[in-house]
Parts: sequence; C-alpha cells; structure tokens
Amino acid sequence: MSESPPLLDIREVSLAFDGVRALDHVSFEVKRGEVCAIIGPNGAGKSSLVNVISGLHPAASGSVRFEGRELRRARELSARGIARTFQNVALFRGMTVLENVELGNDFRGRATFLEQALRVGRAPREERRAHEEAIAVLALLEIADHRDDRVGRLPYGLQKRVELARALAPRPKLLLLDEPMAGMTFDEKRDMCRFVIDAHETLGTTLVLVEHDLGVVMDLSDHLVVLDHGRKIADGTPHAVRDDPAVIEAYVGSFAG
Amino acid sequence: MSFFLEVLIGGLLAGVMYTMVALGFVLIYKASGVFNFAQGAMVLFAALTFVTLSEHGLAFPWALAASVAVMLVLAVAIERVVLRPLVNAPPMALFLATLGLAFVLEGLAQLLYGTQVHGLDLGISDAPIHGLPIEVSRFDLLAAGIAAALVATLGVLFQTTRAGVGLRAVADDPLAAVAVGLDLPRLWAIAWGGAGVVALVAGLLWGARVGVQFSLSLVVLKALPVLIIGGFSSIGGVIAGGLIVGASEKLAEVYVGSHLGGGTETWFPYVLAVAFLLARPTGLFGERLVERV
Repeated sequence: MSESPPLLDIREVSLAFDGVRALDHVSFEVKRGEVCAIIGPNGAGKSSLVNVISGLHPAASGSVRFEGRELRRARELSARGIARTFQNVALFRGMTVLENVELGNDFRGRATFLEQALRVGRAPREERRAHEEAIAVLALLEIADHRDDRVGRLPYGLQKRVELARALAPRPKLLLLDEPMAGMTFDEKRDMCRFVIDAHETLGTTLVLVEHDLGVVMDLSDHLVVLDHGRKIADGTPHAVRDDPAVIEAYVGSFAG
Repeated sequence: MSFFLEVLIGGLLAGVMYTMVALGFVLIYKASGVFNFAQGAMVLFAALTFVTLSEHGLAFPWALAASVAVMLVLAVAIERVVLRPLVNAPPMALFLATLGLAFVLEGLAQLLYGTQVHGLDLGISDAPIHGLPIEVSRFDLLAAGIAAALVATLGVLFQTTRAGVGLRAVADDPLAAVAVGLDLPRLWAIAWGGAGVVALVAGLLWGARVGVQFSLSLVVLKALPVLIIGGFSSIGGVIAGGLIVGASEKLAEVYVGSHLGGGTETWFPYVLAVAFLLARPTGLFGERLVERV
C-alpha cells in the first residue's frame, strides 16, 4: 500500500563454514534503481553474502527473493536478470575481450546446435544481437580498442573492466559487484567509479556492491548495509550510517585500532 | 631415399589413425577437464553397433546414420546419469566414474552384440596405389582424408558456433561459465556427442584394419603417447602428436629395430612420451598455466 515491493529481499539469511558462522540472520531490502553498498571489516561476511545471493553458496536458512520469487540455483540467475563480478576476476583468459563480453549474452540463445553449425534459423539473429550488445557495452566502458586482445594479457585494471562489461552485456536488472576496485591503482579506481556510475545511470541497473574503500562507497551509494562478524549492525543512508556509534565502533575500531 | 620416404609416409598415415582415437579424449578433456577412461569402450561400442546393423542387412549410409544416432543418445544418457550427479565433484571422482563407464559400456556391448569377432569391410582396398613414385596404401590415404575432414569440421565448429565458443569458455574458467549462465549440461552433452561420433569413425577405420572385437578398446593405449606428446587440450597438438608417434615408431622399427632384433614399434612411442614428459610436461601445444602472483 505504501511503496513498490523491493527488487531484492533478503530475509534472515544464515550461513556457516565448518562451524564458523559467516552470516547470522541477515535481513535487508534493495529497492529497484538504487545503489546499495555492503561494507564492513575483513571477515565480516560481505563476500559470503554476495555468494549466497548469487546462488553459489546455498544459505543454511533464510530466503533470498528477487522480484518476489525465491532465488535458488546459480544457473537460473542470468535468465532472471542478475549478473555478477568476482573479487578475483573470473574471465575466460584465453579468449578475446569481445568473445568474453559476447558470452555474457550467451544464455539468452535459443538456437539449437544444428542451427548454429549450419548458420540457419535463429542462430544468425542471436549472434548478431550478442555482437551488437557487446560492441555497445565495450564503447560505454571505453575498451573498444581492446576488443581483439586476449584477456589474459591485459593489465589487471582492464580485466576488471572487461568483467564489468561481460556482466552488463545482457542488461541485467541487478548487478552484484564483489570488490570492483580491489587491487586497483588510484587512477584505475577513479575510472572504475565513473564506469559504474555511468552503467547505473545509462542502463538503469540496480547495483549491490561490496567495497572496502569507504570514500568510494560514500560517493557512490544511496544505501549502506554494514556487516560485522556476520551480523548486520547498520542499514540506512550513507549519512545516517556514518554517524551510527555501532558502525564507528566496528569500523574505525578495527581500522584505526 | 625413396625407401626412407616410404617408411616415413607410411608412418605418418598410421599416425593419423592414432590421432583419430586421441581426438575423442581431447574433446572431453577440453569440455570437462577429465581424462575419459571410457573412450576405448566407446570406440568398441560404436564399431560393434555399426557392424551388427550392417550384418542385419542395413546398407552402409543407414547403418552409419543409425550408429551416429546411437552414439548421440549415449552421450545424452552419460550426461544425465553419470556427469550431472557429479557436478562440482573433484576431477578424480569424474575420472573414476569414466572408469566405471568403460566397464558398463563393454558389458553392454557384450550383452547386446555378443562376443564373436566381426570382420568389417568398408570396401576400400589396402593395396598400394600404382603409378606413384613411392608405394602408399589406398586405405591409409583414405583414412587420412577422412581424419583430416573430421578434424577440419571439428575445428570450424569449435571456432564459429556459440556452443563451440561456450565449450572453450567452460574449459577456460568453469566458475565464470556458471556466472554468465552457460548451459553446462547441454555443452557436456555436445562434447560427449562429438567424442561419440569421433569414436565411431575411429572404430570403423580401426575395425576395418584389425577386425571388430573386444581388443579394439585397446587402441586407446596408442592414443596415450599421442596425448602426452601433443597435450590433452589441443586439437592441433594431437594431430602433431599422432604424426610424430606414427612416423617415429615406423622409422625406429626399420632403422633401430634391425639392430635390436625387432619389436621396436610397440615400445618406442612410450619411450618418446616419457622423454616428452621430462622435457615438456604439458605437451607440444598443451596450455601452460600462467598465474598472477
């Protein structure tokens, strides 16, 4: 009756590895169109949370709903409009930039193997679409010059950008970014920030990102979720969260202390 | 000199036959990173299917088409029953599953087709072609032609179809493949189907040479040195590997074997493979892993 239902609804999610609680009854919502950042000290459970949302780790209990329906398996994610990147890039290193980005669209293909081999039926149309969308995303992220380079030979910062391009190629409704700036130089970080904002604004993608760099997060996000030792300790706008004593305790305590 | 050339060319053509067998391993290794112990059993099963259908009066093209269909159905069944339950299992578990599959296939072949030895006549004479400066067997030449056509087709499919690109992607990074939503079960079925068709062609050519019988599944032993020399993950590698094994074993037999009392051919490829393991463990074209440190 009040506002539209959340795009992503995380309810009471718990996860344990070898008896250690990685996530402890975490709940929060992500609204359509917002940029939500998950922050917290090392080992707070940020990456585990992204892995649960993207179906790579089944949660021990609780539920993850996307557009009102539960998310269960990693394989149905792409089809439902969710894409992700990894903390340590997961790219097809032996293939070109263009091939990598085109593969981001592969799951939408309906052509049978025979249609593909003979280049008849749906195959040529699907290939053209994957190609055009890949080209558009490469232009958006300013890596069109590298389209025929082998990904394994590119510098790390560019690889992260290729991974972002591959995730954006199918125009996902929700994009999960696991530490998109990790291991980057200052300039690379600034570029990456710009590209993430561009993607958000031009494509209207809802973003959930895990990030270490508080400065980046404050500039980028509308909504902060703070984790510590697997528990949610704060949830709100960047300003509200920044002044929260519990956050200062967990964050500043662990960094400055 | 012409004798040397004759031995060399005879060896290269024999090597093509080894490449045919090794190719099936490469297809599956590329797609799922597993050494398919059942490849030999698939060669046998395919050849027995074809021979039995032929002996029941099916004409060559129909028997061939039916055998291809059987191998494709088999591939889909293997994906459903063997591979799908083992998703995310360590490679050793998958390897052992293919070991079990080898026994199941051989047992199934006995049950369905019996145990007698079948002759297989593809209607190609093994006599040397006349009029050439050196003697070359017509059968060897044709086998080489068929193998070349098969390799070229596979190469084109791998490079140009989305499924081929997808298979390369899975081999490259399985986690990323899951993340972009590639349909792994479908890709596996395609890879095993391809390996099944390759097994059929290898089974027919080898069956015509040595007869279709249970020892046919042992031709894979000759594929091992080819794979070690060429690398498990490269189609180009097994072509080179097959040619090297074929040529070197025949040359060794003729020029070294005469001093050792013969029989060199049977062990020489393995010695060569061991030498390669010491010098180039990933094979000629095998991928070397470069990790970011």
